[in-house]
Amino acid sequence: MSSTVATNVNRFSADLRDSTSPSRKLRDKLFLSGLWVATLIGVLTLFFLVLSTLLKGYTRLNLSLITNFPSPFPEDAGIQAAIFGSIWVVVTSGIVSLFIALGSAIYLEEFANQSSRFNRLVTLNIQTLAGVPSIVFGILGLAFVARGWLGWGFTVGTASAVLTMMVLPVMIVSAREALKAVPSSLREGSYALGATKWQAISKQVLPAAIPGVATGSILGVSRALGESAPLILLGALAYVSSNPAGFSSDYTVLPLVIMKYTQEAQDEFRAVGAAAIIVLLLLLVGLNLLAIVIRDRSRKSW
Amino acid sequence: MNSVATERVSLQPSGLKARQQRIEVVIKFVLAVIAASGVLITTGVVLALVRPTIDFFQLVGFKDFFLSTEWFPLYEPPDYGVWPLVIGTFTVMLIAVIIAVPGGLAVAFFLSEYASPKVKRYLKPLLEILAGVPTVVFGFFALNFIAPNVAQKIWVFSEVGFYSALAAGITVGLMILPMMTTLAEDAMAAVPRALVDGAYALGATKREACTGVILQAGLSGIIAAGVIAMSRAIGETTIVLLAAGSTANFSFDPGVPMQTMSSFIGFAGLGDQPTGSTGYMTIFAVGSMLFVITFGLNVFSRRIVTRFREVYE
Repeated sequence: MSSTVATNVNRFSADLRDSTSPSRKLRDKLFLSGLWVATLIGVLTLFFLVLSTLLKGYTRLNLSLITNFPSPFPEDAGIQAAIFGSIWVVVTSGIVSLFIALGSAIYLEEFANQSSRFNRLVTLNIQTLAGVPSIVFGILGLAFVARGWLGWGFTVGTASAVLTMMVLPVMIVSAREALKAVPSSLREGSYALGATKWQAISKQVLPAAIPGVATGSILGVSRALGESAPLILLGALAYVSSNPAGFSSDYTVLPLVIMKYTQEAQDEFRAVGAAAIIVLLLLLVGLNLLAIVIRDRSRKSW
Repeated sequence: MNSVATERVSLQPSGLKARQQRIEVVIKFVLAVIAASGVLITTGVVLALVRPTIDFFQLVGFKDFFLSTEWFPLYEPPDYGVWPLVIGTFTVMLIAVIIAVPGGLAVAFFLSEYASPKVKRYLKPLLEILAGVPTVVFGFFALNFIAPNVAQKIWVFSEVGFYSALAAGITVGLMILPMMTTLAEDAMAAVPRALVDGAYALGATKREACTGVILQAGLSGIIAAGVIAMSRAIGETTIVLLAAGSTANFSFDPGVPMQTMSSFIGFAGLGDQPTGSTGYMTIFAVGSMLFVITFGLNVFSRRIVTRFREVYE
């Protein structure tokens, strides 16, 4: 590094002599305009994404969209089954993955020796899982959950299990962060009063970590709500004309019903897809607002 | 005197304490089992992929897989030459990275050196929203907006159809842009402020501080971020499946439809392949390739950070 700094220093002192040179100013301006262009592309992407979807879908943004089931006539086609399917799958995987993530995080942060082999192995595995493309989780679900070992078929239960595995790395990482943020004085204070380890964790550390855990799991749940790739392999890309009645029901979810309508040749069906996107985006915005409210309400300084 | 004091410290009756301790041991054990589930899932992924992949290669053979340029595994007679998928994956990934890596770097420079706190306050939430948009929505955006208004307008070398690798690549790039921005910002924040201030003290302009100091001192983190962006682009399924069509063309022209490894898996999964059929095993063979490539890239990215990080102070 020292050599890099040295060369930089040389260059700057050389530049100082012609600090007002037009070419240097021009390059500064070109650089800044490049940065502006990139930033604008990011902002415009969001703008056009929302605008083009609204323009396409606003004609179908009515109550029949969320009360109706699929129909051969685009003006009657609705997404009720997908909304209920999404609720079933997302709530189930949210609750299950919250329990597993919290348990893992408590063990890894509070009980295990931070440098133990087990701890490092689990951490490495979570890192690996976080980088696995989501479609691969679909393959895992296809091999062991839908068919093979568990053989649950293409059902709500299968989709929930696969999404649980998919959001688990994110949830564990955020739960660990939340536990780390609880100051150790809280634990030590409990021990000093005679509490055992578990008493300190369950009565002091966990209540203090709840806001952080809640924010993290809401973000995990929004990922599950928007995820489509693994469920393509698990039979969700279909028109389903009834709401799920249990874990062994057929299902579809919002992202997959959007995909289905997007693939239709008829423009009126694509409008249904666009309207469904708006419903999905509104749900996601609502979840994120909830996370922000929790974060702000509980901002505590120790 | 001392021993009396220690006995009195225990606030609970000793019988209760012994029971509590037994419960603690059980709780610790249960939590350890839960924590091991991460290992279980990774093992599950590997196990799910290995067996059908071995079966696949016993049936098809490496020669047909790696030395043929025709990919029609679900047709009769089938062809198993994987190169069209590799070319398609590479093309889409390259287009996406060309957009996301310089773009994300530029936005990160803008945020860390140029933007006023006020601009930052509006820009960062916008980028967070963009990062949270589901990929299926980007897929719709690719067909509805990017293909007709961007891909077909900017590509002058050939006719761009409704489905094209170009539209898919551009959209994947835009999807990854916020993630690349965040990772590059983190890498830049790791550069000690004294180094940057030193450059300013020597008369450097903001551009010179960016390209001469921040870029170079944070290079390992930035390259690692770029590698992660590549891995994300390779693994993206839904956008590509929707926007690049379902034909595995052996072509280097981004204006034509293409299939990537991940979009093939999604496509094959649509047509309910019977368990044990060659079509079913193809999903796993391609999935293994995808897993190995993305895993390799992620490990590589972590290596870069730990090996080449400049440690200051």
